[in-house]
Amino acid sequence: MKHAELAKKLTNDTARTDWHNNSIWWQREKRDKAAFGIPDWELLRSTGSAIKDHVLDNLYDLLLEFEKNAILNGIKVHWAEDIVEHNEIVHSILAMHKVKKLVKSKSMLTEECGLNPYLEKYGIEVIDTDLGERIIQLRHEHPSHIVAPAIHLKREEISDTFHECWGTEKGNSDPQYLTEAARQSLRQDFMTADAALTGVNFAIAETGEYVVCTNEGNADMGAHLAPVQIACMGLEKIIAKREQMSVMLRLLARSSTGQPITAYSSHFKKPRKGQELHIVLVDNGRSTHIHKPKFRASLKCIRCGACMNTCPVYRRSGGHSYHVTVPGPIGAILAPNKDLKEYSDLPFASTLCGACSNVCPVKINIHEQLYDWRQEIGMAGHVETSKKIGIKAMNFVLSHPKVYDIGSKIGKTAISILPFAVNNSLNPWYKSREMPEFPKESFKDWYKKNR
Amino acid sequence: MGTNIYSTPLKVALFIPCYVDQLYPETGIATLQLLEKLGCEIHYQQNQTCCGQPMANSGFQHLTKDLDQQNQSYFEDFEYVICPSGSCTLHLKEHVFEGKTKVYELCEFLTDVLKMESLEAKFPFKVGLHQSCHGLRGLQLAKSSELVSDRFSKIEPLLNMVEGLVISYPAKIDECCGFGGTFCVSEEAVSAKMGQDKAAEFEAENVDVITSADMSCLMHIDGVLKRKKSKIKVMHIAEILNGAVL
Repeated sequence: MKHAELAKKLTNDTARTDWHNNSIWWQREKRDKAAFGIPDWELLRSTGSAIKDHVLDNLYDLLLEFEKNAILNGIKVHWAEDIVEHNEIVHSILAMHKVKKLVKSKSMLTEECGLNPYLEKYGIEVIDTDLGERIIQLRHEHPSHIVAPAIHLKREEISDTFHECWGTEKGNSDPQYLTEAARQSLRQDFMTADAALTGVNFAIAETGEYVVCTNEGNADMGAHLAPVQIACMGLEKIIAKREQMSVMLRLLARSSTGQPITAYSSHFKKPRKGQELHIVLVDNGRSTHIHKPKFRASLKCIRCGACMNTCPVYRRSGGHSYHVTVPGPIGAILAPNKDLKEYSDLPFASTLCGACSNVCPVKINIHEQLYDWRQEIGMAGHVETSKKIGIKAMNFVLSHPKVYDIGSKIGKTAISILPFAVNNSLNPWYKSREMPEFPKESFKDWYKKNR
Repeated sequence: MGTNIYSTPLKVALFIPCYVDQLYPETGIATLQLLEKLGCEIHYQQNQTCCGQPMANSGFQHLTKDLDQQNQSYFEDFEYVICPSGSCTLHLKEHVFEGKTKVYELCEFLTDVLKMESLEAKFPFKVGLHQSCHGLRGLQLAKSSELVSDRFSKIEPLLNMVEGLVISYPAKIDECCGFGGTFCVSEEAVSAKMGQDKAAEFEAENVDVITSADMSCLMHIDGVLKRKKSKIKVMHIAEILNGAVL
């Protein structure tokens, strides 16, 4: 199913759409408050953007520098070309240590790779330790937002899930009570895990360390207790220097949740005594993506989610309507890199309003890329036939002034230029909106008579 | 009526978008009359049809080469091309003229070129201002709410020149109305909901009229309002500045 159809799962319930819209808009408002607290915010964005541009221009060298320094620090570095290699590498590390239980902090990359089901096939229990991720894991769902994976759920629904899975009091949806229940359950998991896996927000080339940002400290709980620690990152997560964190951390937390800084911004540099520390660097299409001049800037993304929070379409259609790991505007320009046909609907799930580009902390030209992807999709022929025919007819009329004028006289031009100018129940415009009234004469006719 | 800082009439070409020509001739007429009153010498190339955006935004810019060439040749001799639509202006600017011909959205022209400071018009109503996305974020007709910079607007001061007019903004001051060209039918459910939310925000402000520099957004909002049998009217900003009565 495509985005327009999937969106109806939410929009068919108006009250729920309003609730979803409002709770996500609240994230945008928190971002505004935090951003407006810094008079030089736009300078900070330009600086962040330049840092990430430099990364893309020097990715090869920076990756090698990172690898060299990480190895010196005692980290075992692995390279994965694709999902298969990534999953095999993680599994081989776990198998070597006979790991039965893995605690995992938030990582969109391992979502992208489908790591959880892969490891479960081998009998390894995987526990997502971010609260939102744990909730959706218990419900066998996918994240609907990259920062707040369970934002599509109401607390009453979470209460029901906890009751079913953990036997919490039925009907008690007090957030404090529910969070405490999750804390107690996760505490047991941290204590009994054989290995911990984290995502990576930034990997610093000059020092060979990496930074993980969380608000719950769950990445730290896992990493500090488990004898084996693995971090998985996409190639583009690299930055050149540690001092650049002062820019990136400010941008990330403020854009993401409206905080001045995340509660935990943990730097991991070397394994503890007796611990093994692995890092897996994953390509999975990124080295191809970086060579597409119009689209490479999307690799600058720091996964803050601000574009989702501001997007009027995302707020009303929900993350699951994008049928891909990273939803929202950024997802809609990342996904076509992977499969143009499969995700040909996503660049059209936008009005090109441009709010996404304006909030992006690293100034990715999201709405321009949405437009450019539409052209790629149009040229590749991945547009529905009915739309293609309509557009071609429209273009014919508009490219031939005489046809346009004759049509205008018999009332046909308006119909061919408006995709919705048919007054019947099959017309999607007319379902919720009245048709514009047709005037007695066109502007052109008026002009001929009056000037 | 009005002021014009130029002693000789400015020679300007009008670009009237296809849907304004076909559905909202009064917007085109008001634009023409207003510019005439301000002392401009108006040229209207009668073979013009459309900027090409409906095709291009649907992924078919590669089909509009003939249309783009027509537009380039019709307008290349003019120093100023004026269009009463932020969205069509942006498309012409970014994808058709590409810097070779200067195209201005009407309010942008009144503010930046004519530097208009006064106006003889009266409109004693509460007017909701819808800031269309392409005008706002594309042409930067005002500061958008996402950016941390000084507030400005090229539209608000023009409306403030109109006697009796009170400006009102919706709660989400510059959220998209959900029209989006073919988006309004291909993503019907989300588009309609966006339009309904926009209309509701204006209703909550008790406005008499909703105005904008883009008639396509207003067409969308109007479609929602009419379905609700609302009394709120929509009117392009050119009509208000040209002295329209309700």
